[in-house]
Amino acid sequence: MSEIAIEMIDVNKWYGTFHVLKNINLTVQSGEKVVICGPSGSGKSTVVRCINRLEEHQKGIIRFEGNELTNDPKSVASIQGEIGMVFQQFNLFPHLSVLDNLMLGPMKSRGLSRAQAEERARHYLDRVRIPDQADKRPSQLSGGQQQRVAIARSLCMEPKVLLFDEPTSALDPEMISEVLDVMVELAQDGMTMVVVTHEMGFARKVADKMVFMDEGEIVEQAPPTQFFEAPETNRCKTFLGQILQH
Amino acid sequence: MTRLFISLLGLLALAGCSSSATWGWYVIDPTTPSGWTNIKFLISGMGATIQISVIAALISIVLGLLVALPGQSSKRGWRMVNRVYVEFIRSIPLLPMLFWVFYGLPIIFRSMGLNIPIDPFWGAIITLAISDSAFTAEIYRSGIQSIARGQSEAAQTVGLNYFQTMRYVILPQAIRRILPPLANQFIYIVKMSAFASVIGMQELTRRANELVVTEYRPLELYSLLILEYLVLVLIISAGVRWLERRMGSDERR
Repeated sequence: MSEIAIEMIDVNKWYGTFHVLKNINLTVQSGEKVVICGPSGSGKSTVVRCINRLEEHQKGIIRFEGNELTNDPKSVASIQGEIGMVFQQFNLFPHLSVLDNLMLGPMKSRGLSRAQAEERARHYLDRVRIPDQADKRPSQLSGGQQQRVAIARSLCMEPKVLLFDEPTSALDPEMISEVLDVMVELAQDGMTMVVVTHEMGFARKVADKMVFMDEGEIVEQAPPTQFFEAPETNRCKTFLGQILQH
Repeated sequence: MTRLFISLLGLLALAGCSSSATWGWYVIDPTTPSGWTNIKFLISGMGATIQISVIAALISIVLGLLVALPGQSSKRGWRMVNRVYVEFIRSIPLLPMLFWVFYGLPIIFRSMGLNIPIDPFWGAIITLAISDSAFTAEIYRSGIQSIARGQSEAAQTVGLNYFQTMRYVILPQAIRRILPPLANQFIYIVKMSAFASVIGMQELTRRANELVVTEYRPLELYSLLILEYLVLVLIISAGVRWLERRMGSDERR
């Protein structure tokens, strides 16, 4: 638990003149589960997208396993496939079968043979509890199934860190728990996870650290018991009051 | 379409039957030996027209993709390369470009100490391919842009590099939107290949021109020439429609 997986030091980012990330400092230990929450537009998605370089930050340092992330192609290659990501909109490849969705990365970037990749794909499909959908197209599955396929696709790369960007926000309510169940299992198996979500029940259950963001800043970082029982700032209290009142 | 074609033929035949002395369909009357020889001479340009068009189209399809890809880059410089190429090439009329390639390019080659002759055949192909590539590049661009950004992001997170992302994720999805307009573009190439006649390429239009000079029957000969292009384009359109149906049914699956 002592090894540092991800380290962000004074990270700043602008979209044009809009300051989206302000002095972000965040450390994720290997095996740690960090849940980021906050109102929409607070920059939480941008934080995870900077971690796997879907977005570039302009100031500050982001390190993955001690190596700084830069524009250098070597740096970009070093994280490719090591940091998995689950998107709000699933982003499965619609022209490929479920199985091919899972096998593409391992075959093309890890150099696995077709047989090895298929074995691995079926293993992870089992793990997300949809072994019988392997030959279907993504569009033939329900939203919850699609998101579990997307999680399995990330797992097939056997990443060191898994990022989740509001993984249940696009799902119908009855499908949320099937996805969260899979995520809880992953957490119990020791996966390093950074999760952007409003699912506070999930957060209470698995988070080692809660992060509250507002207007591009990390306002509060605390262990979940402290975070939920005794939030320090008013902004955080108000936010929690709004999403927990039901 | 076919009915229009038949009625057009009928119109010409009718005109030929009229007693007016201004008509001279005998030049392409297949029942007479000289008419038949003329027809064979005219149609013999078909092979060159098809060869030029097909080779130019194939080059344009590859070149267009190579031009389109830098246009998708996050680097400003690469995007500029794409914009400058497309805007510049698109603005050059085909005929001046043909003259420039056929008469001008060999001079550049010579000044570089290269002895690369440009014959009418390759002069026409190079010109058509380059001129068309600006348009195919734009077709690729719209096709690639129609694929949601999340697709390339997802590809990146499973470790695919740029070319793998294009090859396995973006282009297979874009192709069904790209193919019909690309095929359509092929019709333009076939028609534009007529310009090759002015640099001496023995294709359909050149053949008709030569026969007009000796037979002095422009109306009849150019009518047949137009029919020849019509037949070619009708065949291609049938192919395009077949392709669109195939792509369309693919989409429903």
